[in-house]
Amino acid sequence: MSAFEPTVTGSTAAHTSSPVSTATGDEGRRGSVDGSPLLQVRGLSVRFTRRGRAPVVAVDSVSFQVPAGRSVGLVGESGSGKSVTSLAIMGLLPRRGVEVGGSVTFDGDELLGMGEDRRRSLRGAEMAMVFQDPMSSLNPVVPIGVQVTEVLRRHRDMSRAGARDEAVDLLTRVGIPEGQRRLKDYPHQLSGGMRQRALIAIALACNPRLLVADEPTTALDVTIQAQILDLLRGLVAETGTALVLITHDLGVVAGMCDEVHVMYGGRLVESADRLDLFARPQHPYTTGLLASVPRLDTPRGIPLRPIPGSPTLTRAWTTGCAFEPRCTRSQANCLGDAPPMETVAGHGVRCLHPVTDDQRAAAVGQELP
Amino acid sequence: MPAATPGSLESLGSHPAAEPSPDLPPGEAGTSLGREAIRRVVRDPLALVGAFLVVGFVVVAVFAPFLAPFGPNDRVGAVTPTTIPGPSAEHWFGLDSLGRDELSRVIYGARQSLLVGVVSLLLGATVGISVGLLAGAFGGWVDALVMRITDIMLSIPGLLFAIGIAAVLGRSLLSVMIAIAVVNVPIFVRLLRGAMLAQRGSDYVVAVRSLGVRDRDVVLGHILPNSLSPVIVQGTLTLATAIVDAAALAFLGLSGEDPAVPEWGRMLAETQRFLASAPHLAFFPGAAIVLAALGFTLLGESMREALDPKYRR
Repeated sequence: MSAFEPTVTGSTAAHTSSPVSTATGDEGRRGSVDGSPLLQVRGLSVRFTRRGRAPVVAVDSVSFQVPAGRSVGLVGESGSGKSVTSLAIMGLLPRRGVEVGGSVTFDGDELLGMGEDRRRSLRGAEMAMVFQDPMSSLNPVVPIGVQVTEVLRRHRDMSRAGARDEAVDLLTRVGIPEGQRRLKDYPHQLSGGMRQRALIAIALACNPRLLVADEPTTALDVTIQAQILDLLRGLVAETGTALVLITHDLGVVAGMCDEVHVMYGGRLVESADRLDLFARPQHPYTTGLLASVPRLDTPRGIPLRPIPGSPTLTRAWTTGCAFEPRCTRSQANCLGDAPPMETVAGHGVRCLHPVTDDQRAAAVGQELP
Repeated sequence: MPAATPGSLESLGSHPAAEPSPDLPPGEAGTSLGREAIRRVVRDPLALVGAFLVVGFVVVAVFAPFLAPFGPNDRVGAVTPTTIPGPSAEHWFGLDSLGRDELSRVIYGARQSLLVGVVSLLLGATVGISVGLLAGAFGGWVDALVMRITDIMLSIPGLLFAIGIAAVLGRSLLSVMIAIAVVNVPIFVRLLRGAMLAQRGSDYVVAVRSLGVRDRDVVLGHILPNSLSPVIVQGTLTLATAIVDAAALAFLGLSGEDPAVPEWGRMLAETQRFLASAPHLAFFPGAAIVLAALGFTLLGESMREALDPKYRR
């Protein structure tokens, strides 16, 4: 995906009146039509506790909101906490050894601490999830048809025959032809792209209001990636489903999302409207990510510009900025307290020395020596 | 899991034009996992030998009255303790110490072995799978308790354990079956529980849970079917050990009440006094035990390879 052109998708304007800021602590500026966002995550933290060892903080005071019908991207590299965030939203983290704090509300109802029965009846019906690896996310010994109809029968009380007809419709909608025949097939008889289509069909079976897609295209090759993204974009627009798209691929975000949150070391480091983020990236991590993506117009022979170091160099947020060890802009005051999220005009940045517009303009010349 | 012919599937998936109409190669379409496993078993020569032995054993046991040339208790020839006729054209396996046709007795003995083997397997597997399911599904203290009991049972040598149980329960066929079943229960418990634990954290289980499927349905509809293949294999192997164990118990005098019913282990025991004069009386029942056990073992091993993705080529 090298599609960085920020084309506005049709789904954007239909459900919300104006671009919405979803930055941390910016509750005064809710912009969705009915006044409150569909999903609101406030100060979410997830700690994995292990006997005899210090707990691992995977997600730390993450706040964002998803208005109905909008697409929000959560971007970060491996280990940044984005998948754990999605599992926490869905309530799929194991109960033992995990501490989840903060607040996650769905349509005004607090999800954390909600009874497991109520949560279960939300999952699959109101909120659904598409997983990263279509190879392993389908049950290998159960035919596709049973897996699609199971959710219909569970949440929509459909008869066996009714669910089967609906399943054929669903498979057709996600671009799997001959649904009737496919129902009897086992996952190993489908290609990777087909399996991801089937998983999307299952996730969208009950018309959920929120779809969490955790790296839905990472395990697929590039041409299939584009098809799956097109499919997701189309379905989300068609059904008015709100989308939380989790990815490490800024190209995917550029083509899919209305708002983008960049995660690093378990916290959000930059939150902005998509156009704003790609036009005016301010956090050194975001600019590093953008600079590291090779572009079609980059001359050959220019080496890739990776962010130095690796995610293992992360510092605990309690001792300063987690990105500091890898940051080219770090200064003495980056160590100490964690930098706060500063939000200006809907664009939030967690950095003491953000990239300014002037610096960005000056850097353009140097980008291609 | 079952990456059948990954080459052809991959190439289909990566070809954009092929995406909308993924017609699989003719042989591949409609292949269920079970059929795929059968295909693999059929291609394995050792498995065919095993299947042949097993089928032969079952046929002999079921149709014993039609196959046996004489009744199992008909005295068809004159014998003295020192002159027991060996194999001949009329009596292929010779006569036994009471002048009965040995071939007919071996044939009828298959019934007893199959009966004991199958009943004790069903009994042991049913209890073992139920308990293993509880342990694997609930985890926590249920699991801990079940596994400790299982450990204790497994620490006692199997045959010794079976002898003890059969001796306590009294001399009857049922007590032999129960004894062998009890010995096999912890094996099934541990196997199923382990397989279920391995499945519990897998992606598709998280995916199913993300759809709000009830825990009961996740366990019974998704985790259990994926955990059964080692249990099926173990079942086949257990039939082999059950036959050997039944023979061993019978050899030691623990078998059905009626001494007239032919029973391979008991036939071996009775022949001890005549080992020098009539070695064929030890050979034929012994060979029958070995072949029956071998058949189930070969079949079980090749099923393990066919069902376990780790062995997939």
